[in-house]
Amino acid sequence: MATADPLLRVDNLEVSFGAVRALKGISLDVREGEVIALVGANGAGKSTTLRSISGLARAKSGTITFAGTVINKRTAPQIVRLGLAHSPEGRRLFGGLSVAENLRLGACTRSDPDGVARDTERMFTLFPILRERWRQLAGTLSGGEQQQLALARALMAAPRLLLLDEPSLGVAPLLVRHIFDALAELKRQGMTMLLVEQNIALALELADRAYVLRTGKVALSGIASELRSDDRVAQAYLGAAE
Amino acid sequence: MRIPLAIAAAIVLAAIVAFGAPHVVGDYFVRVLLLIALNSILVLSLSLSNGFTGVFSLGHVGFIGAGAYAAGILSLTVQQKKALLPHLPDLLNWFSLPFLPATLAAGLFAAILAVIVGYPLMRLSGYFVSVATMGFLIIVNVVLINASDFTRGARTFTGVPLATTLPWVIGWLAVTLLVLSRLVYSPFGRRMKAVRDDTIAASAVGISVLRARLLAFVIGAFFAGVGGSLYAHYLGSFSPNTFYFAMTMNLIAMLVLGGMGSLSGAIIGVVCVSILSELLRGFERGFTIGDFTVPALFGASQIVLGFLFILIMIFRPKGIMGDRELTFGLSRRSANHNHKEGKDR
Repeated sequence: MATADPLLRVDNLEVSFGAVRALKGISLDVREGEVIALVGANGAGKSTTLRSISGLARAKSGTITFAGTVINKRTAPQIVRLGLAHSPEGRRLFGGLSVAENLRLGACTRSDPDGVARDTERMFTLFPILRERWRQLAGTLSGGEQQQLALARALMAAPRLLLLDEPSLGVAPLLVRHIFDALAELKRQGMTMLLVEQNIALALELADRAYVLRTGKVALSGIASELRSDDRVAQAYLGAAE
Repeated sequence: MRIPLAIAAAIVLAAIVAFGAPHVVGDYFVRVLLLIALNSILVLSLSLSNGFTGVFSLGHVGFIGAGAYAAGILSLTVQQKKALLPHLPDLLNWFSLPFLPATLAAGLFAAILAVIVGYPLMRLSGYFVSVATMGFLIIVNVVLINASDFTRGARTFTGVPLATTLPWVIGWLAVTLLVLSRLVYSPFGRRMKAVRDDTIAASAVGISVLRARLLAFVIGAFFAGVGGSLYAHYLGSFSPNTFYFAMTMNLIAMLVLGGMGSLSGAIIGVVCVSILSELLRGFERGFTIGDFTVPALFGASQIVLGFLFILIMIFRPKGIMGDRELTFGLSRRSANHNHKEGKDR
């Protein structure tokens, strides 16, 4: 962990939607190989943080540096090409296309057919259900299957950093476990991840470090295992006085 | 290699119909067949943006109109230009193009127009792009009415040689179908459909939404311009209001009825609407069964068609074909049912 530069550095990020200040100066960093959780109550700015990192939302001020490149003025497609993939909230699959087509679109920035074929096989071992559903339209899958496909689609870009927004949302409890097992497997394989998750227990179990957001600011940060028993995390959720 | 065989068979069949039909059936049927093929080109060109890319344009007829006038101006003879368009700029008044080059030029003109219009408009989504493209249609109409040096204004533009014959239209329909089916079922077509299904996810996987939409819009406009030229050379004379809301509604109805995400659906929509309106037009004049006489009910065909649209939208909201294609068992998908899809690009 002694590397000089983190893979991703977010510095004093501010984002506004009209008059609403969604992020009021967020700073965080993600080092190669780390899994970082971003937790906090609804409206704390977790999704907005991810969306501005991946170029889906525009930062008002602040800088985002990924692998040595300042990316806050880049478009989302350019950022994917740099190796930063985002699995957005609510899955957002291409519902009218098949599982196969969704995966191929996930790899649409790549020009190494052999690598794409290899990664497709990797997705089958990680999420075996995708092999069974290969020809089915994505819109006809169950919530949990859709989430697995969304994860696989993001992974097909062969990213250096994976942004995950609420992988447990709308997924049956049994499958949530399954999805987090897959994420743990990815972590073992060395995938760097920045994870937004409502389910704090699951998020802190998977993550190395965590940032607790509250109304657009970082309220608390630290080692995930220590935060698990920290009362201040719950307070940040419940909105108790600071 | 089943597809080339299917295409060859289709081409032979089309050629037989195109060249043989006039000898077998009367002028009336040839005319109906020609209009079906012509409208198929127009609806197919519309399906690229409205159906496959999810940009519901209401301005497509603007490109048809622009193509029709461009081709008309190019293919008038020099004498006709002097008589009908005396103020035409020197650049255009000394020559006259044959049918094919004029048609290609009309397509190119519409495509260039689409680049200019699409660059700002293809950033919009949903209802906004529909209303904005409708604005484009209105602008085209007003320009056609007021640029009277080029278009004779609101007066009828006339004298275009009647060069559009059934073989020409079927030939162009084959070209349109071939290009669009190649495009729609290619990696690029997959991107268009991704943009249609979810723009945010599309840009999150690295697709440039603007580029995908713009390309669909421009290629669609090219074939709209071609269709416009064919239309101009079929009618011989037309006016700006030939290419306005009535035509827009007609084409959209055919597309929506046939199924928005399907090339064969587009053609089926055209065939159904055309044949039905021809049949209903016959009933409109009134008829007698035994002692019972049904009087003439003019306009009844429109009412029946309207009801039919309502019924189809209630019972088949995705149109007759939806997203599926009619493949006669010759589909590329059923041809390779293996899992090694990652390599077949």
